[in-house]
Amino acid sequence: MRNENEEEKLTPEDFERVTIDAHHSERIEKPSLSFWQDAWLGLRKNKAAIVSMVVLLLVILMALIGPYLNGHAGDSQNLRHANLPPKIPGIEATGFFDGDGKLAGKTVNLYEMKKVDEYYWFGTDGLGRDLFTRLWEGTRVSLFIAFVAAAIDMVIGVAYGGISGYFGGRTDDIMQRVVEILIGIPTLIVVILMIMIMDPGITAIIVAITITGWIGMSRIVRAQTLKYKSREFVLASRTLGAKDGKIITKHLLPNMLGIIIINTMFTIPNAIFFEAFLSFIGIGLQPPAASLGTLINDGYKVMENQPYVLLFPAIVISVLMIAFNLIGDGLRDALDPKMKD
Amino acid sequence: MSDNLIEVRNLKQYFNAGKSTEVRAIDDISFTIKRGETFGLVGESGCGKSTTGRTMIRLYDATAGQVLYNGVDVHAPKSKKENHELNRKMQMIFQDPYASLNPRMKVLDIIAEGLDIHGLVKGKTDRKQRVIDLLEIVGLNREHAERYPHEFSGGQRQRIGIARALAVDPEFIIADEPISALDVSIQAQVVNLLKELQVEKGLTYLFIAHDLSMVKYISDRIGVMYFGKLVEMAPADELYRNPMHAYTKSLLSAIPLPDPIYERSRVRHPYNPKDHQYGPDEKVEFREVAPEHFVLCSEKELAEMQATHV
Repeated sequence: MRNENEEEKLTPEDFERVTIDAHHSERIEKPSLSFWQDAWLGLRKNKAAIVSMVVLLLVILMALIGPYLNGHAGDSQNLRHANLPPKIPGIEATGFFDGDGKLAGKTVNLYEMKKVDEYYWFGTDGLGRDLFTRLWEGTRVSLFIAFVAAAIDMVIGVAYGGISGYFGGRTDDIMQRVVEILIGIPTLIVVILMIMIMDPGITAIIVAITITGWIGMSRIVRAQTLKYKSREFVLASRTLGAKDGKIITKHLLPNMLGIIIINTMFTIPNAIFFEAFLSFIGIGLQPPAASLGTLINDGYKVMENQPYVLLFPAIVISVLMIAFNLIGDGLRDALDPKMKD
Repeated sequence: MSDNLIEVRNLKQYFNAGKSTEVRAIDDISFTIKRGETFGLVGESGCGKSTTGRTMIRLYDATAGQVLYNGVDVHAPKSKKENHELNRKMQMIFQDPYASLNPRMKVLDIIAEGLDIHGLVKGKTDRKQRVIDLLEIVGLNREHAERYPHEFSGGQRQRIGIARALAVDPEFIIADEPISALDVSIQAQVVNLLKELQVEKGLTYLFIAHDLSMVKYISDRIGVMYFGKLVEMAPADELYRNPMHAYTKSLLSAIPLPDPIYERSRVRHPYNPKDHQYGPDEKVEFREVAPEHFVLCSEKELAEMQATHV
């Protein structure tokens, strides 16, 4: 019955032909999104990347304020307080982080035994230095080295690769031969030589990491420049009379920015790891300065009796590496979907 | 001032000249384009038609020969101001509408690029108004100015490319296969737009294409290229009525028509350069067979052609 009623309602007007208005067909309904807005929408959907970003921000925040939180200085030694296990107020009642540690095979509360009233959240090392403070100081140094090294890599790599690709010809030939020679020398040898010449320290490590680190970036940028410089929109710009500077800043760089950012995001964890590696084998930072590498090296020596010395820096470096890599992955998917595989 | 806007004289463009990988993309071609006309350039893929266009607009430096624009050699060293002026007068429309617009720029900035470079507008409102005018000329809306290229269809993108070229008020436009990446219904739209603009603004076109039927529709005169050489040049109708060079005949025999009866009897004539059987001392030159009708041929062939010309 219902169907019949509906049929009755149809009038001849319902069968009039709908003409398409040419003007109407040119309309675009979708909201206009810039490349970066679109990338942000893509990144937002990637849960791992968002969680990593939050975790990373927390770690960076702790690296900035952590050393001032519990009132212990990172370099003040107190031998009476040496080798204390972690003790955190509030959590101690649960049985974890209550200051219990092993002494000559027996579990005893070292804080009570040594009559220590203060709390050392992550314990102390063999010289009685507060490990919580040292951990965040070390994280700060490691992050600083990584960010500076990545930034220098980026600047040198983009400039070198850009010049090599854009001007091409003989310039390109010479610059690429130089790169091939540099890449032929094992990085570690260059680094050890650098550190022998310079005083060991933050500067030496940054120089050591950047001296060969920019090559990867320069190759990527060169390839991108070669790809884009013969694109028709660049040719169009040249027929309009645009100068080289304009073409590079307005057409080439904006198109390469995504890949440059992605590559930098993968450079940072590598730099963190490389710094830790150098410090671990003893040619990096020198005591009393702390970095994640030196802390891990300290912890590794007392791994069996005081595992907490190794545990916390190891967790922080792992979290940093994972977070940077996941963010890098997320950015890659969002900025350059074609690079996924 | 003569009525030849463009004169190409013995233009050569060799890539990797002198090396074993030498490619003679353009091998000694000459032609003229009259003010206000459309010169069609056809030929198979890789025969040098796009290179000709790009060399004429100085995207490549010519190996030898001259391109005269209004009697001025475009490749000769010039002051910055003269170069600038020439850039404004000669413009290009590109083949691939997906590659010819910078994906990171708004349509507004893409079209205004030429305006900015040549300082043709004062202030932001003037700039925007010019762009909106241009968008309307090519049949797009003002709202499109704030959008990015990926939001447009191929035909719309090509029209944005045309608007960009028109922004600087050029006299001469090189259209490098502007329709070959579009589907047929959109092709007509773009070609008709180009024709209208020609009438309105008195433009001169070099129209590069491989679609012969479309070239015939838009061109006044047509040049046929084969492996870097111009093999035949004639007014459009004359070329279709009286193709003289074997390669032109072969090209024309390859056009399909939506007529089943004709199609059943259509015979394709493949072209083989060896069929000419030029002797070692025969001079193969560009010769005038009939008024305005030039063919690349030898003395002997010229006589034969003139005898058979209707």
